[in-house]
Amino acid sequence: MRTNNGTGPAIRPILRLYLAGDAPAARRALECRKRIIAAAAEPLDIEIIDILEMPADAETAGILATPTLSDETVTPPRRLIGDISNTSQVLDYFGYRKKDATT
Amino acid sequence: MTITEVSAVDPVLERVKTGIEAFDDLVMGGLPRGRTTIVGGTPGSGKTVFATQFLAHGITDLQESGVFVTFEESPDEIEVNMASFGWDIRRWREQNKLVFIDASPRDRDELVVGDFDLAGLLARILHAVRAAKAKRLVLDSLTQLFDHFVADPTTVRRELLRIAAALKKEGLTVLMTAERNSEYGEITRHRIEEFVADNVVILRNALDKERRRRTIEVLKMRGSRHVEGEVPITLVENHGLVAVPLSSLRLEQQSSTKRVTSGNAELDRMTSGGLFRDSVTLVSGATGTGKTLLVTNFLAGGVAAGERALLIGYEESRGQLFRNARGWGVNFETMEAEGRLKVISLYPEAQSLPDHLLTIRELVKEFKPDRLAVDSLSALERIAPDTGFREFLISLTSFIKQHEIAGLCTATNKSLIGGQSASEQHISTLTDSIILLRYIQEGDMMNRGLMVLKMRGSEHDKHIHRFTIDGKGMHLGEPFGGAPDVFGDAAIVAPTA
Repeated sequence: MRTNNGTGPAIRPILRLYLAGDAPAARRALECRKRIIAAAAEPLDIEIIDILEMPADAETAGILATPTLSDETVTPPRRLIGDISNTSQVLDYFGYRKKDATT
Repeated sequence: MTITEVSAVDPVLERVKTGIEAFDDLVMGGLPRGRTTIVGGTPGSGKTVFATQFLAHGITDLQESGVFVTFEESPDEIEVNMASFGWDIRRWREQNKLVFIDASPRDRDELVVGDFDLAGLLARILHAVRAAKAKRLVLDSLTQLFDHFVADPTTVRRELLRIAAALKKEGLTVLMTAERNSEYGEITRHRIEEFVADNVVILRNALDKERRRRTIEVLKMRGSRHVEGEVPITLVENHGLVAVPLSSLRLEQQSSTKRVTSGNAELDRMTSGGLFRDSVTLVSGATGTGKTLLVTNFLAGGVAAGERALLIGYEESRGQLFRNARGWGVNFETMEAEGRLKVISLYPEAQSLPDHLLTIRELVKEFKPDRLAVDSLSALERIAPDTGFREFLISLTSFIKQHEIAGLCTATNKSLIGGQSASEQHISTLTDSIILLRYIQEGDMMNRGLMVLKMRGSEHDKHIHRFTIDGKGMHLGEPFGGAPDVFGDAAIVAPTA
């Protein structure tokens, strides 16, 4: 589990969000992405990968399902598939602190 | 009359050959193009081989590229495992004729929450299909996909339906494999066949009397006819799966009226001129009654008449067969040296019956004999369950007739006197002629008797003739005077006064 506690080089953490086009589920996932970034205690980037436009990326990463939120900086990649609307749960799963929790 | 009355559905469905020899015949030429077929089977039944062969045939023979979606083994594992069938998967991958989508279980750290879709999988498939301009697609196996998302079978089901529809729109001929829990039970786990498949094929690998028996069955072909029932199938090195169909064999071989010698002038007289060119004759008798001698005469008679003769022995080694022949004044060595005779000795237990059948077919194709002797069927019967043996006999006799070969098979009786062997029961309706060899007691003498029990399409001598065997072979003599019971337990002739 990652804990970005300020020591070491300052890497801006990146997650990837794989989704398919602009289906309702994809749009919901994009909303969630915004809320997750806003809720994170540290700066957090979530890269969007539309697998319909970049199927080769889906192939490389071995993505079967969408939406998938993936941390590919660890081996094996840590992934959350499906519903990512529970912001606290998502941040907790990937080992990030939430703003509120820091106080 | 309108055009719509022409009700033949078959011709409108273009066929995609699978390359599984004889299977395509079962489904009227191949799998319908643009449709989805489920291949179900227990672990080890040959699903992946079937699927790979389907792609391999497209690539090597029909210039149709393929995409292989693997949920189970990794592409490299498949490459290695399929190499023994002579498929150069690595080269095809390099030439972009075969593209893998690796969806095999990787090391993963994954959590599934709530609803999701399999758009990722579909996008990858379509990407690969376009890249390779593929016509054929394999998904192996769907069961693994269900296991991956084990908590959400309903979602997987819904998504598979969507994927199947999208693939159909692409005009792809799709083959999906699915696992079965038992050989005779529900068709597939998760009942996949019910919602995505146009066609259902089942591979079986059943244990029957301590032996594996592989079969293939076409369960359903939407909008098309197919041959019903299980058909033996076998895995052949450098080849893949080969079906050995029986029911597709029609009794369409012509009946020849041409006679060939049995190799014994007296027996030719008893059969009103010899055996028919394309007939199968069964010689049945207890051990030591002279079956192998009759076979030897049959072969030598053919060779003397300028024919090519093939002997497949399951009881004795080549050495023994040659020595026997020499003892009856027949020189097999010379005949073989002249290329007129081929003697093959096989150990029955060495392979399964379908494999034996394939071996015989290969030998016949290679050597092109005019006559063929099999000595003995009883030895083969030991290794097979009843149903399997009957199927084998049907295939063998049809094959012999189709090739217009004169066939002679032997069957050994279990008891020394009288009685019937099981192979006799099976084969008696399939063969054209039956010759019985029997021990017959006369007073305190044990003599041998020969009779032609049946000869389809011909008159024949109905007497039981006594015969003797010496260094020159078999000598048929006069009929027995009394009335020995050749079927009962006591073939005894009352001494004639």
